[in-house]
Amino acid sequence: MSTRTINFTLNGMEVSTEIEPHRNLVELLQRFDLFGARESCGQGLCGCCTVLVDDKAVSGCLYFAPWVDGKSVTTVESLDADGALSIVQQAFIDCGAFQCGFCTPGFVLMVHQLLKEQPNPSDEDIRHYLAGNLCRCAAYPEIIEAVKVAAKSMGKPAM
Amino acid sequence: MNQVGQSIPRLEVRAKVTGRANYTHHLQLPGMLYAKVFRSTVPHGRIRSIDVEAARALPGVFRVITGKDVQKLIPEPYYGPAFHDQPILAIDKVCHVGEPVAAVLARDPHVADQAVQLITAEYEELPAVYDEVEALKSDIVVHEMLKPAGTFADLKHLKGRTNTNIALDYHLKRGDPEAGFAKADKVVEHTFKTQQCLHLPFEPFVAVAEPGDGVLTIHTSNQTPSFVRTEIARLFGWPENKVRVKVPHLGGGFGAKVYVKVEALAAALAMLVRKPVKVALTMEEQFYVITKHPTTFRIKSGVNMDGKVVARTCDVLWNGGAYADIGPRVTQKSGFTAPGPYDIDNISIDSYALYTNRTPAGALRGFGIPQMVWAYESHTDLLAREIGMDPVEFRRKNILREGREQATGTAMKDAAIAEVLEAVVKEMNWSAPFDRGGNGPVRRGRGIAIGFKASISPTTSVAIVNIAGDGSTTLYTSTVDMGQGSDTAYALMVAKVLDISAEDVRIVHPDTDVTPYDMGTLGSRSLFHMGNAVRLAAEDARNKLRALAAEARLPEGTNYPAGEIFKKRYGMQAGNVIGTATYVPTYKSPDSKTGLSDNVTPFWMIGGAGVELEVDTETGAVRVTKLVNAADCGKPINPGVALTQLSGAAIMQLGFTLWEEMKLDGGQVINASLADYRIPGIADIPPMTNELVEAEQHSGPFGAKGLGESGTFGVSPAIANAIHDAVGIRLTELPITAETVLSALRAQQGRPLEDE
Repeated sequence: MSTRTINFTLNGMEVSTEIEPHRNLVELLQRFDLFGARESCGQGLCGCCTVLVDDKAVSGCLYFAPWVDGKSVTTVESLDADGALSIVQQAFIDCGAFQCGFCTPGFVLMVHQLLKEQPNPSDEDIRHYLAGNLCRCAAYPEIIEAVKVAAKSMGKPAM
Repeated sequence: MNQVGQSIPRLEVRAKVTGRANYTHHLQLPGMLYAKVFRSTVPHGRIRSIDVEAARALPGVFRVITGKDVQKLIPEPYYGPAFHDQPILAIDKVCHVGEPVAAVLARDPHVADQAVQLITAEYEELPAVYDEVEALKSDIVVHEMLKPAGTFADLKHLKGRTNTNIALDYHLKRGDPEAGFAKADKVVEHTFKTQQCLHLPFEPFVAVAEPGDGVLTIHTSNQTPSFVRTEIARLFGWPENKVRVKVPHLGGGFGAKVYVKVEALAAALAMLVRKPVKVALTMEEQFYVITKHPTTFRIKSGVNMDGKVVARTCDVLWNGGAYADIGPRVTQKSGFTAPGPYDIDNISIDSYALYTNRTPAGALRGFGIPQMVWAYESHTDLLAREIGMDPVEFRRKNILREGREQATGTAMKDAAIAEVLEAVVKEMNWSAPFDRGGNGPVRRGRGIAIGFKASISPTTSVAIVNIAGDGSTTLYTSTVDMGQGSDTAYALMVAKVLDISAEDVRIVHPDTDVTPYDMGTLGSRSLFHMGNAVRLAAEDARNKLRALAAEARLPEGTNYPAGEIFKKRYGMQAGNVIGTATYVPTYKSPDSKTGLSDNVTPFWMIGGAGVELEVDTETGAVRVTKLVNAADCGKPINPGVALTQLSGAAIMQLGFTLWEEMKLDGGQVINASLADYRIPGIADIPPMTNELVEAEQHSGPFGAKGLGESGTFGVSPAIANAIHDAVGIRLTELPITAETVLSALRAQQGRPLEDE
């Protein structure tokens, strides 16, 4: 099958690759050894494949790989690139906000986007924002708690 | 260091929040082929022909394999834990829609997918049976002849049986139920039903089989690596040591990934083409692998006006689908708890596992118990109403107290039934007045329910604790940590015995070349069974370390760190101390005639729930406004993680109560996707409280026992009981949807909804 060349920014780095037009974003990321975005339901309903494209959350399973040409792609692996966990990741740990961990990267990325847009989210905001992420282990109460803890830590002035 | 009983984060938290945790889902091997499966489109039929020519001709297709090809490699390619009834790929006939018929191998999964669309098959369709009540008496028989695996004594009599769909019949008789009914003030009978639903782990079934030099390695997302090894070796006629099964992190299991699921197919394909083969199913395909048993449960009780239940009979039919899987065990293990956690002198139980032409059913978080509790706790509420007694008082009067014999004759020990009941009652503030909402369209109600479960047995667990020359410690077990926190719980146990920090214990994930035998991570058994083995193995290591210290002429009782002992003994950082232990609890199988046993379980699990809810009488919509969960897990090892297990199980059961149902039309699943099969999301979560009651399991490691399923027990009947309390209607079938509620309300008002 014919391929096309795409150039995009991946977690802050300029990259280029050849890709068949029918591949999705999850498959593209796997070529860069990034496995944090996972295709599960394949219908954009579970959120396990959440990736940020130009700072907007998309479902990687429904997003064709060639569409990222010229765009900026951010995955969960970027969050601790400097070795330190993000505030959201730490809050997920502190609140025990996952069990099997398969859906966790999608939730973490979505919470990052939520807190960027709503630094002090209400319960309603949290439920609305995370409605597109499912967790079969049902760690939802702990996830809601983690969002609140993260919001609180982010709101604190830097030490 | 003693951290047992303190809440610590799971050991693997960092890998999970950074997206770097390793799942089989991600695995790619050099030269690997992807397999895609062509599935049956008919529920029951003889295969007339399979045309794979167009698929084979598609560029990029490596091979197309059918059941006949598999038979060249494995003449008897049938697997299963209780019956050897399930073919790797269908041979001669198909027994349910979605049954694997052929597989395409290609380097590119999209090519394999496309080729599958080019395969056609012709079937001579046979009449099919879907309902468990019909299957019991039907002339339509799913399997010509029954083939029990021979592992279970109570299945042997079924060998070679024909003209039946019964894959197990369990019968228990205690006292004289008929005499009990005759003497009772009131005799009440109800029938309750549950629907077919399923696990849907977010990492769908996946296995990679990798042929090697004298060994076949299977990387798989599976809860029972030791079983997979034994079963694959049996299929090929090999010794066990030619099969290596490796399990990294699991993206959810819930009982779906027990025993063999896609492993036999991956293994057969890999051996046929001598290349690594990955079988990775889609979310949709999961609807054709394994489900939760639909049940029909007829329960009849004799009760006196003072509130005492004097007799009970239970007739339970389990819809096991096309292949037995572990259904016969479910039928027996859950069957003998069917009368509930109540002290009743006269009992009979008849529990039948039935084959039908549906997707097979197995174990789903509770091993059949939620279906039993649904019936007996709905029934219990109705009994209390019948004699005008408060449902809490009624339960207090009838529950099994410590030392009393359960239906099988096994005495209750370390079973905190009363404590769980009282914890729910207290959190529900039961004695306070309750506002039912007056005459408005929205009415309020509340309900409670409790349930119990026996642990699995006979069962064996083996653990190895290895202390290296520097004193660092590694634990080897074949327990699969799928998020329940077993790795961390074991680390806490090892650390306590060896007086080190739990965070310093390394856990090796299942790899049957390295980690010893374990029956499986299922039925909430690991913390108790493997936990006991882990504790004993750590003690063995500690004793050997002490012996080493004595050899090194270190004075007894001195507190030398382990690394110093090795250095003193061997003159350098060298050597190992290896502690091992095998844990096998005592057990007596129920008598084949009476169903009785005085030692039927190593421990009892107890769970309860309380619910407050609102019913919109104009739409039938139900909104849970409070969910209370309580359970007995003995003394918790890691309480924070234990509470998330309790909460997660309850939310999962909330889904099975209010939304989830696999819908069939002529044997076809018509909602096989997350778009059409609705599972709980974050917006569905009611205000919840979760409580672990004060208790101790004296035979458990550090007083603990399993908990993973207890949160599921009470949720469904508590909801039905609360709806009855709110609006006076009784729902007897799951799921409870706005439609079923409205339909019952309209029937109550004498103006039934008209059928479409």
